[in-house]
Amino acid sequence: MEQTTLIPHLFRTEYRKITAVLVKAFGIEHIEIAEDIASDTFLHASETWPFKGVPENPAAWLYTVAKNKAKDHLKRDTLFNQKISRQLGSLTQVAEEIEIDLSEKNIADSQLQMMFAICHPAIPAEAQIGLSLRILCGFGINEIAAAFLTNKETINKRLFRAKEKLRSEQVKIEFPAETEIDKRLETVLTTLYLLFNEGYYSSGRDVSLRKDVCVEAMRLTHLLIENKTTNKPFVNALLALMCFHASRFEARTGKNGETVLYQDQNEALWDDALIKKGAYFLKQASQGNKLTKYHLEAGIAYWHTIKKDTAEKWETILQLYNRLLQLEYSPIAALNRTYALAKANGKPVAIIEAEKLDIKGNHLYHSLLGELYTGIDSVMALAHLQTALTMSGSKADKGIIEKKIAAINTD
Amino acid sequence: MKEFLFVFRNDYSAVPVGSPEELQAVTKSWMDWVGSIAAQNKLSDRGNRLGSEGKVVRPDNVVTDGPYTEIKELIGGYTIVKVETLEEAVELAKGCPIFAVGGNVEVRYIDPM
Repeated sequence: MEQTTLIPHLFRTEYRKITAVLVKAFGIEHIEIAEDIASDTFLHASETWPFKGVPENPAAWLYTVAKNKAKDHLKRDTLFNQKISRQLGSLTQVAEEIEIDLSEKNIADSQLQMMFAICHPAIPAEAQIGLSLRILCGFGINEIAAAFLTNKETINKRLFRAKEKLRSEQVKIEFPAETEIDKRLETVLTTLYLLFNEGYYSSGRDVSLRKDVCVEAMRLTHLLIENKTTNKPFVNALLALMCFHASRFEARTGKNGETVLYQDQNEALWDDALIKKGAYFLKQASQGNKLTKYHLEAGIAYWHTIKKDTAEKWETILQLYNRLLQLEYSPIAALNRTYALAKANGKPVAIIEAEKLDIKGNHLYHSLLGELYTGIDSVMALAHLQTALTMSGSKADKGIIEKKIAAINTD
Repeated sequence: MKEFLFVFRNDYSAVPVGSPEELQAVTKSWMDWVGSIAAQNKLSDRGNRLGSEGKVVRPDNVVTDGPYTEIKELIGGYTIVKVETLEEAVELAKGCPIFAVGGNVEVRYIDPM
């Protein structure tokens, strides 16, 4: 690998490991110091490698430098503390006893424990996602700002407040107790799910960045599966869901960045390897007797990987949506259920059901009704599509609706 | 938001045992009906079916067999919906698949304690 790409690459893979291990060693209250030491380590690499050459094992070199910097910091910190306070003894010991363990196992454990700390129920969801991208995925502030379609200052403030919260809540970097693991995992999964969706559904233009966010969400979910205590069926279900969705990543964006709707996608662009992976994790997820929304959504996503329209496909999808909505209502699930209903039970039934939904302020609702009325009542179809057009915000959405209107008008 | 209980009653002895396909169609109609209520964000608790075996406990610890499958209106299950008015609840109940087999739905306001 070229030196110009090697350091950014290592930053992406090693920064998060070093940070996680250091935060675990120092405690969450010193999270910034850990980040500073990790950043300094990379700065040191970029300053010395061009002159002395890239070390044989770059990652090991980074670990050694990080370790030394951490020990230096602790010694200085101890001296400083000794001077201003009289709490001797314990502090001196800390510097000597502290072992910065950058073994593979401790890295994996620290990252997992960090994940539980960041996804603490006391931290707001938005901040959890930002912190995850920064600490667990090693994203730069610029990248996070781009992913959230906002600016650096906003992200910096958000991260700062989140770290304050971690400190004030005295969140520990540790595995939750066995009895608590399922409950805490739920929060972790919610965050990973949101993180994935941030990449998958955001209207940000940078497609490769959005894909990176998805890949990272999948990597973190996979970390949970690699660990015995967190390898639960519903974690596998979430990863299956992510794999099925991600398999359509290339197919769902057109040449000009526009969204390509499912029924218009070229299935040759679907990623077969990811579909197979998803099927594997879905099978793993089917152990146990707890049926979660991730299971149902993964099931729905699985059936969407079969392009052929069959009665069985849409009937199964409809029933999965029926159950999903019983577990947890969401407007999107309600709309998708109505679409499946049209496919399974026919458009007239679906129109009656759609009229009952109280989501008339959503442009997707009118797009759906436009679709349902198409071929049944062109006047109604056009009226709904026009409403959708005025309500929709993004250019991509408007483009899709305009296409549908044009199709009806030329019929 | 108020909660209302749907009590499903039917003369179950009079319902013919259908073919597997017919049974599946019945299950589907119930799933679609409950799914419809859920899609309107008006489902509070899907509830359950009640098994056919049971006993009735009466004063002085007298226990009799029951329920009585031969009675005309046996309670077969329940569901809880969340809407603002009794009228809305009644509106939801109108689509219940139980009417197709001669049953009925009793709609009751749940008065929280």
